[in-house]
Amino acid sequence: MKQKDPDLLLMHAPLLRQGMTTPGAMRDVIYALTPVTLAALWFFGLGALLVLGASIAGAVLTEWFFALAQKRGESLLDASAILTGLLLGLTLPPGLPIWMAFLGGVVAIGLGKVIWGGLGHNLFNPALLGRAFLLATFPIPMTTWTPLRGSESFFHVSASNLALPFMQAKVDMVSSASPLGLMKFEQEVTPLTNLMFGNTLGSLGETSGVLLLLGGIYLWIRRDLDWRIPVSIMLAVVVFSGCLTLVDAVRFPSPLFSIFSGGLLLGAIYMATDPVTSPLTPRGTWIFGIGIGALVVLIRVFGGLPEGVMYAILLMNAATPLIDRYTQPRIFGR
Amino acid sequence: MAENQNESYETFFRGIWRDNPVFVQVLGMCPMLAVTNSAINAVAMGMATLFVLVGSSFLVSSFKQWIPKQVRISAFIIIIATFVTVADYTLLALVPKVHKELGAFIPLIVANCMILGRQEAFASRNTVRLAVLDAMGMAGGFMVALFSLGAIREILGNGSLFGVDLFGEHFEPWVIMILPPGGFLTLGLILLFFNWVTQQKDKFIEQVAEAERVASDG
Repeated sequence: MKQKDPDLLLMHAPLLRQGMTTPGAMRDVIYALTPVTLAALWFFGLGALLVLGASIAGAVLTEWFFALAQKRGESLLDASAILTGLLLGLTLPPGLPIWMAFLGGVVAIGLGKVIWGGLGHNLFNPALLGRAFLLATFPIPMTTWTPLRGSESFFHVSASNLALPFMQAKVDMVSSASPLGLMKFEQEVTPLTNLMFGNTLGSLGETSGVLLLLGGIYLWIRRDLDWRIPVSIMLAVVVFSGCLTLVDAVRFPSPLFSIFSGGLLLGAIYMATDPVTSPLTPRGTWIFGIGIGALVVLIRVFGGLPEGVMYAILLMNAATPLIDRYTQPRIFGR
Repeated sequence: MAENQNESYETFFRGIWRDNPVFVQVLGMCPMLAVTNSAINAVAMGMATLFVLVGSSFLVSSFKQWIPKQVRISAFIIIIATFVTVADYTLLALVPKVHKELGAFIPLIVANCMILGRQEAFASRNTVRLAVLDAMGMAGGFMVALFSLGAIREILGNGSLFGVDLFGEHFEPWVIMILPPGGFLTLGLILLFFNWVTQQKDKFIEQVAEAERVASDG
């Protein structure tokens, strides 16, 4: 802060500062995601790096382009575009052509953030909006899960990653269903240890439940995350899927399976907690989290798709202004 | 006479750019979003609208002194509906495939608020010549909008234009573009672009005026 007269410091309250800034919080989330990102590289090889790099590049270049057009450079420095690109990349399948990942980054920032007026004005989580666009646009590549690297060299890149822009992915791999797809369409349960430590098929960032939880605990210790949101989402999922399991244990997945499979942990810890698109009041965050959990179970069990975390969070994002309005605290003294 | 010509020129081109029914007045959104999933559908819809708008503007403008003010809206609608029926059967006879794809949206031209709006705002108060020019301009602007939306959606959503393949067989279609969300998305982006261009133009005009004022002051 520049002061003309250093002897007389004029400041507004609050005078006690926490030292928490937007770039700081963004960097914390990126640190928390580092183990998950490294695990994705380990499991899927160089192709994962290409997909993540392409989605980050798409997000950052778009942010840079609009910052230039509006002559405000500061929005690049808060690292939010990098975080959006990284989060988006972690929700993509490992065999996705990189031009699609790049396009997803462009849409996430362009339609998910800039169009609403920049950081803090968007109604929906930008990374999830980018993913929703990709899923609606390229339904087949977005649900093709490549197998883990296994004994293949780290530098082996699947040909589908390198498809030319606007061209189809060349199918060279035997793809199979994700744990949720197996559960839904073939009633085949994937062992829980695989789900927790990451040797299952799925999006880049959703394979290892334990590492996602570790990152979440780091964020909670750093006070970058409202613990009520992930806790209420998981509680709701456990309660609702527990009730269903009591009805029919073969048809409906068990609560632990529901927590650790698919993008639930990634969504609950890193996407739903986005401070811009989640409610402000404690009461509101409980409603928000329970809503997401209920929608996830509903979509997974009764919907046409095997996975519903993305739509659940986007739907509750849309309800956030309403929740905020109805959970406004009473003004003191009235 | 020169002034008269200038006026007709104005009347015609106003509809295509400055008062474009879709991009500026945001009218006629229903056919705009519903039938623009391919360029051929968009153009067929545009032609049908052109025919209906020019025909009804001509009739409304010719009969304006005999239409009682109290029942003018119903009179306009009957005139429009007549032309819509003609367009409906003509399309059915000439291009049955396109007619089938457009489906209910041909009869629904009668409810296109752009057409009724032109009768009420222009044709019923102006000479026949101006009314027809205005109708042609407005329908032309509508067709430009329909075509640009339809072309973008067909190129991205299907890899073709007017059914002709553009990218070869390995093209990955953007499925969303031929679905309803693609219509909303494309229309929104085009509106954004249009408003941006208009803003830049206004800014430029302001700057020129400012520079002129400074020059005359000095």
